[in-house]
Amino acid sequence: MKKHFREISVAAALGILLLALAIFAPSFYQPQPLLSLATREAPTFVVACGMALVIICRQIDISVGSQFAVCSVCAGLLAAMHWPLALVLVASILIGAAFGAFNGTLVAGLGLPSIVVTLATMVTWREGLAWLRQGVWVDLPNGVQWFGLPQMTGQWLLVLVALAILISLALALKHFSAGRFLYAVGSDAEAARLAGIRPRLMTFGVFVFMGALTGLAAMMNTIQSPQVDPNSGTGLELKTIAAVVVGGVAISGGRGTLWGVFAGLLLLACISPALTHLHVEAFWEKVIQGAIILLAVVADGLRNRKLNR
Amino acid sequence: MKQLLQLSAVTKSFGAVRALKGVSFDLQAGEIHALLGENGAGKSTLIKIITGAHQPDGGTIEIAGARVEKLSPAAAHKLGIACIYQQPALFPDLTVAENIGLRLENADSFSRVNWKERRLRATQLLRRIGAEISPDAEIRSLSMPEQQLVEIACAIGAGARIVIMDEPTASLTQEETQLLFAVVRDLRAGGVGVIYISHRLEEIFQLADRVTVLRDGESVGTRMVGARLSQPKGAEKCLDLEPSDRSVPFEAAAAGDSRAPALTESELIKLMVGREISQVFPPAENEPGKAVLSLKNLGCASGGVKSISLDVRAGEILGLAGLVGAGRTELARTLFGITPADAGEMFLRGDRITIHSPQDAVAHGIAYVPEDRRRHGVILEMPIAQNMTMAIHRQLFPGSWLRFGSENRCARDFIRQLDVRAYGPEAPGHSLSGGNQQKVSLARWLATKPKVLILDEPTQGVDVGAKSEIHKIIRRLAKDGLAVLMISSDLPEILGMSDRIAVMRGGTIAAMLPGRSDAHEVMAAALGQRGNAG
Repeated sequence: MKKHFREISVAAALGILLLALAIFAPSFYQPQPLLSLATREAPTFVVACGMALVIICRQIDISVGSQFAVCSVCAGLLAAMHWPLALVLVASILIGAAFGAFNGTLVAGLGLPSIVVTLATMVTWREGLAWLRQGVWVDLPNGVQWFGLPQMTGQWLLVLVALAILISLALALKHFSAGRFLYAVGSDAEAARLAGIRPRLMTFGVFVFMGALTGLAAMMNTIQSPQVDPNSGTGLELKTIAAVVVGGVAISGGRGTLWGVFAGLLLLACISPALTHLHVEAFWEKVIQGAIILLAVVADGLRNRKLNR
Repeated sequence: MKQLLQLSAVTKSFGAVRALKGVSFDLQAGEIHALLGENGAGKSTLIKIITGAHQPDGGTIEIAGARVEKLSPAAAHKLGIACIYQQPALFPDLTVAENIGLRLENADSFSRVNWKERRLRATQLLRRIGAEISPDAEIRSLSMPEQQLVEIACAIGAGARIVIMDEPTASLTQEETQLLFAVVRDLRAGGVGVIYISHRLEEIFQLADRVTVLRDGESVGTRMVGARLSQPKGAEKCLDLEPSDRSVPFEAAAAGDSRAPALTESELIKLMVGREISQVFPPAENEPGKAVLSLKNLGCASGGVKSISLDVRAGEILGLAGLVGAGRTELARTLFGITPADAGEMFLRGDRITIHSPQDAVAHGIAYVPEDRRRHGVILEMPIAQNMTMAIHRQLFPGSWLRFGSENRCARDFIRQLDVRAYGPEAPGHSLSGGNQQKVSLARWLATKPKVLILDEPTQGVDVGAKSEIHKIIRRLAKDGLAVLMISSDLPEILGMSDRIAVMRGGTIAAMLPGRSDAHEVMAAALGQRGNAG
């Protein structure tokens, strides 16, 4: 209970919000809009899972939005060339992993600070894409949207994929050596090194994994519409970092769970439709989201002060 | 003769540790007063009290004859106290003139910088101490002694009357040291009082007028030093040996001129170590076996370790003594592959091995319990059980799938074996006391079933009860056939625990002594005393 206090408090906040909606705005609970909401957030959640791993490892990756855009456009172009969708999916994941490997090489190999490295790659990939594509949208052929399935099935598929990733990653983090080592490296890389763990290898790996998940998320986003927006993924890094922080992952690394990130993302994602249904003006959305993030950071800060005393 | 500083019966405790137990110390204008003592004797605490970084719990401080109640760093600065540390505290990216300016100019953020004046002052100050350094040079482009000269220039520019130098020559060459000495002597001639801390006895004899020895937080004696090269002041000509253990004012010492014999290195060492070994250490019950780990001319340039040759035998505790900076931890880090060796050879049970990484070391059965366990020995966020199994994931969890049952069993075994006091295997590292954290760190490495166990300051910062428990554990491990290499700055521990003692100095083995040696011998070797006088 005490150990998972942060996760439980976020879940409780989410519960209160949902309860308030049930009482004051039962119109919120309609299956189709809710499914659409979940579908929209599914790719974001997949990226947030990767971001959580990166932050647990005491790194950060702010280039995910740009990686996402490049992967989306590449996936769109390949699909337009009538590649089989399974192959497009694999390609998108590999491209993302390659971007992640680039970040990882600079961060783990050269020991550069990840915030600067990924800031550079964020700008480079985004501007490079704009220069290459001149902002042209990619038209997708028929049969790509929703994998050619009925929309409802496609939506459920995406939501289930996101949930499957959540469950498998959360279990892996708890039950595999690599997960344990990730927390160790994030807590204290030098101590981990002295315990025979390879912190640099872990760091590199986590960036590659982040890239691969971004590639997957890009594919999950691409198939939702008939066209690919070359500006997709803008602000994705902020959204995912916010979800991770609200979900109780310590920005200083070594602590947090994916269950918390899941609750954090749901909480932030529900604000906007909740406001609509509660007839609050939309511009309050950002204010409330900001306040939630601030609250989470303050809660972590207080906890750390208590720990250090 | 003017008295610059007088500390009387100063006490200071950190928690249960009494760092200073009533130290008296005085400094006259125009003298160099050396401060000597083992690691942990209380030198740094005393210095921090003089610079205002720590407040004393008791005793009085008088500066220039006036009693000072609350000495803060800012107040100490105003009173003309400057401290030059081993590592100069300068801004590496700024120029010499900017650094001097930052120290000396008024801290009014919005006043305009007078660059001309700033540069001129730097030039003048540097010329005054005879330093040939351009005021426009960036600090990072200067050598270590040049940086120290800049620090001295700052001190003079601030009008410092009391200059404290903390091991200023630790990283200097012979010539650089002489250059620095000339500047220090100039300071003295100008009426500045210098408190000089060094582990190098020959420097104290070359430079100091008086020396005070600290031991276990007490001042055990202040002595006149004989060999002064230049003796401008008549009162300092005598070779005085104070009879009392109290540090008495300079004049009194000079007045009691009693043609005593000159102070010898040997006498100083005796003062530093003269302590009964009161603790009881578990006795060695077994004869050491064959050599497990053998080093032949092992060296690591980046770690500052040179041509180390030694054997650690099965069932033996080899104590590694030496002063801070002698290269003991560096040797351990080389053996464990953190800074891999670049010269010489390593043999494990006669087979030549090379260790490039900690993973290699673990694979060869070498375990390293690091010093500073609060930072690196245990991961504070993690439960005891996870900490203990950290190095044995491959053995304990085939396929890397964690088995919490076997993990808990393993942890409970070690908790019982080493008597770790915690509410259970799931207690996080930060909830434990220092001694128990050390046991967890030890358990992590015992779990790897090592052949060679390297312990770095195994009982540093551990309370007395836990200390003796850890000693018993180490002895038991040796009895079970482990080869133990134990680094310690705690001289009684080295003397009481070791079957043999390797003394390091300057990155290499200075002496190999039998166990139960005399403290005097160990300290003499660590300090690099020439011959074995006295």
